[in-house]
Parts: sequence; C-alpha cells; structure tokens
Amino acid sequence: MYPQELLYTKDHEWIRVDEETGIIGITDHAQKELGDIVFVELPKKGDHVTAHESFGTIESVKAVSELYSPVTGEVTSVNGKLSDSPELVNSDPHGAAWLIKVHLDDRRETEGLMTSDQYEAYLAGSGAAEAEKDRS
Amino acid sequence: MLVCLLRVTSAIFGDPLTTATGVALKRTALNRAHRALGARMVDFAGWDMPVEYSGIVDEHVAVRTRAGLFDVSHMGEIDIRGAGALALVQHVTSNDASRLNINQAQYSALMYPNGSAVDDCLVHRFAEDHFFLCVNAANSDKDFAWISEHNRFGAEVHDVSANYSQLALQGPRATTILSKVTDADLANLRYYWFTNATCAGVEGLLARTGYTGEDGFEFYFAPRRSEHVWNTLLEAGRPEGLIPAGLGARNTLRLEAAFPLYGHELDEETTLLEAGLGWIAKLDKSDFLGREALVEQKARGTRKKLIGFEMKDRVPARDGYPVWAGGEKFGQVTSGSFAPFLKKNIGLAYLRTAAAGAARAVTPGETIEIEIRGRRAPAQVTPLPFYKRPKPESRDQKPEIRN
Repeated sequence: MYPQELLYTKDHEWIRVDEETGIIGITDHAQKELGDIVFVELPKKGDHVTAHESFGTIESVKAVSELYSPVTGEVTSVNGKLSDSPELVNSDPHGAAWLIKVHLDDRRETEGLMTSDQYEAYLAGSGAAEAEKDRS
Repeated sequence: MLVCLLRVTSAIFGDPLTTATGVALKRTALNRAHRALGARMVDFAGWDMPVEYSGIVDEHVAVRTRAGLFDVSHMGEIDIRGAGALALVQHVTSNDASRLNINQAQYSALMYPNGSAVDDCLVHRFAEDHFFLCVNAANSDKDFAWISEHNRFGAEVHDVSANYSQLALQGPRATTILSKVTDADLANLRYYWFTNATCAGVEGLLARTGYTGEDGFEFYFAPRRSEHVWNTLLEAGRPEGLIPAGLGARNTLRLEAAFPLYGHELDEETTLLEAGLGWIAKLDKSDFLGREALVEQKARGTRKKLIGFEMKDRVPARDGYPVWAGGEKFGQVTSGSFAPFLKKNIGLAYLRTAAAGAARAVTPGETIEIEIRGRRAPAQVTPLPFYKRPKPESRDQKPEIRN
C-alpha cells in the first residue's frame, strides 16, 4: 500500500529523497481522513521552506489543514496541476498529486522519518488505540 | 519529539486527523450500521455521528439528483400537550401555531426576550392541544429547560428525544423510493404536512419536511427497529441510486439552500430580523417572547444583515473569516464551503448595516473581500438562496406552502 521508496512523518506526509532533491506530498491515509480535497495553496518556485514550518494549505470540503515541511530547502518546482485539479490528491496521493520539490539544505533532516513498514505499523497502532478507546 | 507536519487549523466537524476525546459520546440506534457501512464518525454536539460514507461530494450530488438517507436521530423532540399547550407554544415560539391545521407543521423559533432564538425548530400539531417540536441536538436540553421555565399555562412538557429515531429521506426520487415501503398516500402528503404511517412495517410519524432544499420526508419512530427501517429503505432505494448520507453533506446541502444553522447564522445575539427570518416572526399574533424587541428593531432598523456571496477565485471561505468592502471591515463569514452541486465556493456572512454605523450599504452584485490567511480574496454578493430546486413537472405535485 505505502510505497517503500518514500519516507513518512507521524502527521501523514511523505517525502521521496533523490540525491539533493526531496519531493513532498500527503499520504493516502491523510487524504482519506480529510475527504474530498477542493483547494491546495502552495509556495512559489524559489521560496524557502523550513522544517516543521508551514509551507501551504490544503482544504477538503470539511476541513482546512496547514502543510508543514519535513525538511529545509529551496522550492525548485510546484505541482501546478493541483490548482485546477485538487481532487488529484484523493485519486493519486503518492504519485501525480505530489505537492512541491525542494532542494535539500541538509539530507540528515530525513533521518528521523519512518519507512513504509514503520508508517504502516504506526497507522495500525493508532487504529488499535482508537479501537481500544472505543470499547472503553 | 512528536512534530506536527499536517495540522488541521479549522474543521466543521472536529479534527479528522486526531482521535476523539475520552468523553463518552451518545449513540443513535444506528451506530453499528454506520460503522458497518464504513462511515467516518465524528463528535457532533456530544453524539457519535457519521460525517460521511462514500464522500461529502458524492452524497451531496446524490441528494440533488437521486436520493440520500440520513440518520438524524440525534435531533431532539419535545412533546407539549394539555389545556395550556397552544398558549405555551404561542408564548415561546415566534411563528403562529394557531394557524396550524392538525397534521401540519411549521418552521419556527424558540425565542429569547431580546428577539434572538434559543433555537430554531419544527412545530408539528398533533391535535388542537397537542404539539411536537423537533429541535437541534446541541440545544435540546436548553430548549426543554427554557420551555418548562416559561410554562405558566399548565401544559404538560416532556423531553421525548429518547423515544424516537429519525430518518430523513431526501432527493427527487424520495417519493418513488418511499412508496415501495409505506402505506402512506404520498401523492396527497403536501410539503410541511405529516401523517401517521407505517414504513418498512414500523409505525411512526411521516412528515414531508427536510433540511436539504430537496423534496423529501422525515420519519420519526420508536428506536427498537431502527436497523430494519434503515436497511429496508436503503434496499428499496438501491435501484433508484439511493445512498446513505452523513452530516457533512447535510451541512453543504443546507448551505446551498441558504437554510440557517444554529451556532452559525443563529445565536443568542442575532435577532430573527437580522437572520432574514422575519417571515417566521408573526408580530401580529398574540404576545410572545421577543416580540417587543422585534417590533422595536423593525422600526429602528437592524444592526446587521445576512448576505450570500460567491468567491471569484478557487479558494473557499470559512466560518469566522472577516469580510471587507471598500477598505472597511464589514463583518464576518458565518458559514462557508465549497458547494458540491453548484461547484462554487459560497458562503453566508453578517454585514454591519448603516444603522450600526457602516458608511454605506453593501448591495447585491457588489464585490466584497473575504480575508483568508491574511490576504483578501474577492467575492460577489449574490441573491439567496444559492440553490432552489427545479419546479416539479408532475401535475400531481402540490405547490410548496410555507407557514
């Protein structure tokens, strides 16, 4: 389900690291929880994003969420398709609906992120915790 | 250290990316059925309710073009009967209940003395001296206490919310679907009338009412056989394209139809006149709570006015966003969303009137600005409602009557 070549955050974003470039998106779990995506606001090419700081906004019919960057660097590319087709985030969150490409300042920033196996275990764990709460 | 990378900053039904609090939520009799259907559940007014099943857009479009089935059993019901029943209802609500025929319902408001609403509600007349109010879940306890407190007429007032499940079957195919499982004469059940009826073999109250802007029905019945009624309706409606619909679609549907939602367009500081609900404030009937304030405000002018707007760009407006016009801050958005059927970003907002010190009045067609994350985005003031269902073509269909 979750591609092995991506790294994942606890808050349901992914990053694909290739040499000095990181491609960032939100996970399938996040798009499912948010529901129908109707708007994505992203930085411009050349803007600087900082790890743990907001770089944009994603909105579904029912919620507004800020996007927080897992890494620091310069935005080298922005997915222009999302302004006209934000619903791509629902149909292909790990592929066509990538959000931004970033030239990484420091590759080591990605060291604390989860692998796909770890992310799936993390999702299963939080699901179990929820079910536990539900029974109590 | 846990770092939030995707943070929900505003959500209509709670944060979808965090788990619920430890507080025990109330459940309708259909809780298991919703979970079995894979619904996303949220805390709504202390109830564990389905916000969506297949998706808000899908469900919304189904209700506009085919039909949707909603579990609205969280709504409250208050029974008022006895010799003083009419006098009590007339005293605490703004509409004229004396004009109701038996088996007829009206949209109304429970009133505060300042002309604002304790809640908005549907008043059904069972008999000359017997009324049945359907009220908002979040306000149910408050409403019951308020009515009881003002019962100097000797009426019997009971909170009967626990005695009822309520389903709403809404959409252009609702009649076709319901006719398969009910003994009621639907062709002769007019808008805002109700009847005792059997649906899926279960007796209850069937009303031609709803909160979606479509034709449809609301069925109140004893909770015991809720799953049976729910499943029978879904099954009967499958060939017609009926799907279950959640509170998410219920909200976007009512917004397109410009129906107010308590806590958004209505609260204890907003008068009926300001909310555009002058038509349910029957100032000429006998005295009622808030009447004096409304008469005075009608003469003096309101402080704010509810308007509708449509965003010119793709960015949605949301509840609480400030509204600007001509460099002046005019008010704020009370409901804002992407509208799934109209495919536009629409919203309702209160704007200050000239009577409240605004330099001028904002007029329909004018461009205003909605402040979104520190930037101002253009929007056009539009007439309400945003959506009105097409006139029924069938000769058998009776015209809409609003009481």
